[in-house]
Amino acid sequence: MKLNPKDYAHMVSRASPPSPVAKDCLWAFFVGGGICLLGEILRQFFLIWYDTSLAGTLTSIALIFMSAVCTVAGWYQKLAAKAGAGTLVPITGFANSVVSPAIEFKAEGWVSGVGARIFGIAGPVIAYGTAASAVWGLLYWLLGKVG
Amino acid sequence: MAIRRKDTVLFEKPPVIAAWAAAGGKKEGEGPLASGFDFLTRDAAFPEEACANWEQAESLLQQKAAEACLRKAGISRKEVDLALAGDLQAQCTASNYTMRALEIPFAGIYGACSTMAETLALAASLAAGGAVQQVLAMTSSHFCAAERQFRTPLDYGAKRTPTAQWTATAAGACLLRAPGQAGVPVLSVTFGRVQDYEVHDINNMGAAMMPAAASTLLRYFAATGTAPADFDVIFTGDLGEVGSALLRQQMEQEGVPLPNHQDCGCLLYDVSTQNVQAGGSGPGCSAAVLCAHILPRLQAGEYRRVLFMATGALMSQTTFLQGESIPGIAHCVELAGEGTV
Repeated sequence: MKLNPKDYAHMVSRASPPSPVAKDCLWAFFVGGGICLLGEILRQFFLIWYDTSLAGTLTSIALIFMSAVCTVAGWYQKLAAKAGAGTLVPITGFANSVVSPAIEFKAEGWVSGVGARIFGIAGPVIAYGTAASAVWGLLYWLLGKVG
Repeated sequence: MAIRRKDTVLFEKPPVIAAWAAAGGKKEGEGPLASGFDFLTRDAAFPEEACANWEQAESLLQQKAAEACLRKAGISRKEVDLALAGDLQAQCTASNYTMRALEIPFAGIYGACSTMAETLALAASLAAGGAVQQVLAMTSSHFCAAERQFRTPLDYGAKRTPTAQWTATAAGACLLRAPGQAGVPVLSVTFGRVQDYEVHDINNMGAAMMPAAASTLLRYFAATGTAPADFDVIFTGDLGEVGSALLRQQMEQEGVPLPNHQDCGCLLYDVSTQNVQAGGSGPGCSAAVLCAHILPRLQAGEYRRVLFMATGALMSQTTFLQGESIPGIAHCVELAGEGTV
């Protein structure tokens, strides 16, 4: 066959349609921004009764709860198919990544299914997030020693 | 007797596909081939049959195709000598559990999305050689079972790239009989060789499988002295829009242009409106197109001679994560119009 892997890589990249970047960015911007706006509205609402720190925590909890409800109803995935990073980056995306395997792997049982696989997507974020915070903690301590 | 020419096995007395059936889900029922299906369901979770999970659902779908095929052939399952079946699920369980219900002697086959052509080619060879009188060749795939096994949970919010393909929720079953009986004749079969041109993108399977398709086609043409113009249509399995464009480009370069090429992945769905990105895929895709679209036309005399070549990507989740490239394979089956041989 008149083909080699190097030429084929060029052929494939020419034949493969690119993602519509401008459209994807607009979707991500408005949906992601919309979720953040909702967060701010919630925060202002909680600030009526609570202090800044508690209002922030309650806002996160409320967004996670809403994302879980939307995931169970099957709406989050539908929105994410268009919004991409707009639904992935906010805290609601993290909630979706934990709730969706919990639903999916219920068929394999509560321990080997839900328990073992619930952090299948979020796990790496938790693992490296924890590792990064440990490194930063050490740096912070050393900086304090220096001056 | 069969004659072997290079990689192609030609049947002097061709075995026949005597009956066939296609089963599909909701999206397939909304596609352009809906009227050709023997069984369509609005809910491929089969809640009315107390189905507990997607793996079972796929098995049920395959069973529907097998039952419809036997019904159309006018025989009971006890009269079938052998069933050749396979699917995408780990250890081919959709087929295993279908066969638990059907109790037919069974050989499991794995060829990823090339399974329909592979089982068909093996069944035809066995029927032509006299090893079996009546043999089932079938396969299935289920979008939900495939997604949870190969990608992410169904409710996980992810964006699909424009080159990705949509795993069909579909099954196809063919009953083949020994030569000399009524049906669509299988003139030859060509088993493909694994081809790997170092494509690593799991969201561009059409590109990964194209070299295998081109290689098998070229070997077939060289072995038989035929040309694309000898066929009404040359069907490929599920290269999708990207793989199809690449195949036509490659064949042009080889000096064998394919003006009469069609791809099952682009036929099963309306690619522009059904949100399937580059087209359909999965073993059930080419199986359903074969049974709902190609075979009926061969029976009706609309086609006199076609090639049906299903393509498969032979990686696993593990080899993909380990950074291996995606090898492809393509098996080709030559079919003639009923009554033309």
